[in-house]
Amino acid sequence: MAFNGHGVWAIYRFEMARTFRTLWQSIITPVVTTALYFVVFGSAIGSRMGGVSEVPYGAFIVPGLIMLSLFTNSIFNGSFGIYFPKFTGTIYELLSAPISPLETVLAYVGAAATKSVILGLVILATAALFVPLQILHPFWMLAFLILISATFSLFGFIIGVWAQSFEQLNFIPMLVVTPLTFLGGAFYSIDMLPPAWQTVSLFNPVVYLISGFRWAFFGVGDVPVAISLGATLIFFFVLLAFVGWIFRTGWRLKN
Amino acid sequence: MAGVIEIRGLTKTYKSGLKALDAVDLSIEKGEIFALLGPNGAGKTTMISIVCGIVTSSEGSVTAAGHDIRKDYRKARSAIGLVPQELTTDAFETVWATVTLSRGLFGKAPNKPFIEQLLKDLSLWDKKDAKIMTLSGGMKRRVMIAKALSHEPDILFLDEPTAGVDVELRKDMWAMVRRLRERGVTIILTTHYIEEAEEMADRVGVILKGRLVLVEEKTALMKKLGRKTLTLQLQEPLTALPPELAEWTLALNADGTELEYVFDSNAEKTGVPSLMRRLSDLGVGFKDLSTKQSSLEDIFVGLVHQSREAA
Repeated sequence: MAFNGHGVWAIYRFEMARTFRTLWQSIITPVVTTALYFVVFGSAIGSRMGGVSEVPYGAFIVPGLIMLSLFTNSIFNGSFGIYFPKFTGTIYELLSAPISPLETVLAYVGAAATKSVILGLVILATAALFVPLQILHPFWMLAFLILISATFSLFGFIIGVWAQSFEQLNFIPMLVVTPLTFLGGAFYSIDMLPPAWQTVSLFNPVVYLISGFRWAFFGVGDVPVAISLGATLIFFFVLLAFVGWIFRTGWRLKN
Repeated sequence: MAGVIEIRGLTKTYKSGLKALDAVDLSIEKGEIFALLGPNGAGKTTMISIVCGIVTSSEGSVTAAGHDIRKDYRKARSAIGLVPQELTTDAFETVWATVTLSRGLFGKAPNKPFIEQLLKDLSLWDKKDAKIMTLSGGMKRRVMIAKALSHEPDILFLDEPTAGVDVELRKDMWAMVRRLRERGVTIILTTHYIEEAEEMADRVGVILKGRLVLVEEKTALMKKLGRKTLTLQLQEPLTALPPELAEWTLALNADGTELEYVFDSNAEKTGVPSLMRRLSDLGVGFKDLSTKQSSLEDIFVGLVHQSREAA
């Protein structure tokens, strides 16, 4: 047995089954939240605002809003899947199973990312009901969606391993990721900022992710798309390496 | 032939500095039921956790079913099922979902008829779609056993299987252990009840403060453990033991007011009735008498002394 495919599939199905059982929280809640954003920013306020780079404001915020939900939900799904067994103690079974670290990550992060991709597409469909949308590069749109979902699910997985309480579980998404997203151009183009703040924004990793995703829609972004893609890939592999370290050392998992 | 589990020089020192295991050597034979006996905190769970891969050892080596638990962890772990001491379950999941997950985790293809039979054997079939949190403690314990057996392991660890379990489940569990043994499954259980070891095990190991102080066939051990003490409170103090009582090993305590006799309660002739007759022949009267079974604690203390003397 060089690859425990049954094990990966079993975890994946188990995790996905939980999503479908808690469909209301998993999909409906983010969709309602996002719909509210569209009503307020897209229709009510957006109609009085000028477009950004010739894109109507209501459409302009769609990629940013999808990213906002994608980040928080990927982190939540990725962290909860591994934190909960740790919290209840059922992690003993995972630790005693003939399954490698890579397989474990593949299963948990795969399930979390799948949920996020579904969520992203559902929000996109919701958005299409409120604002006219164009997607210039559908392939790259999907590629960014999947890659960013996987990256943030992986990030969530690390938070789930690190967290020792439910408060800690919420700490990073609420206090780090959400502010970075709001300041990362979810609702504006960083061109609209004073030059000094534009430079500061370039240190915000989220800028690259949102910019790349927005480019896939409208063909324009805050930074060149190749840099966006490169940055996303770097985040992904840095996090993957960190997860590898966690399993090698048993950090916060084993005595 | 090497045993199905071979433990060599196994040592575990926790970060707190606690030495939970100290150079343990143990060989478990295929198909036997081995009971690991010891007080709380002796290192029983640490030892099991290391073999199962939940805790990393500090020193020493372990093989399970002929595979090194570190280098060849997939093969070693595939052979092992574990029922941990704590009742930890996926509270929100159904019995069926959690048992199916376990089978997959251990690399086995889904097999509905097998899981169905397993749940029926454990009287869980009518609860298969129930959420685990709605089950009683005993039922949860059954679920954990079903999870451990879901991948048809050759080696089964039961960590304190009957702690807090009612009589009926205890009987069921013992019956199940025997059925598994008939199929050739090796079973290692930990307990601090001597009766449990007596009822089920072929061999018994006693672990104390991280050291395996004794490994013996159950029958031999039970002889040692079956000691009782008879104490007689005398009406008149004796200054010395009368020579007529020399054939019993007696001790005179408490200024000659107490006569103590240690005997083997499992022996055919305990010597108690004959002692009583002899005492009445001699006219030694007593006010009261009591017998006391050596408690596990006493036995452990005795074993520690023995192991020190041997060292």
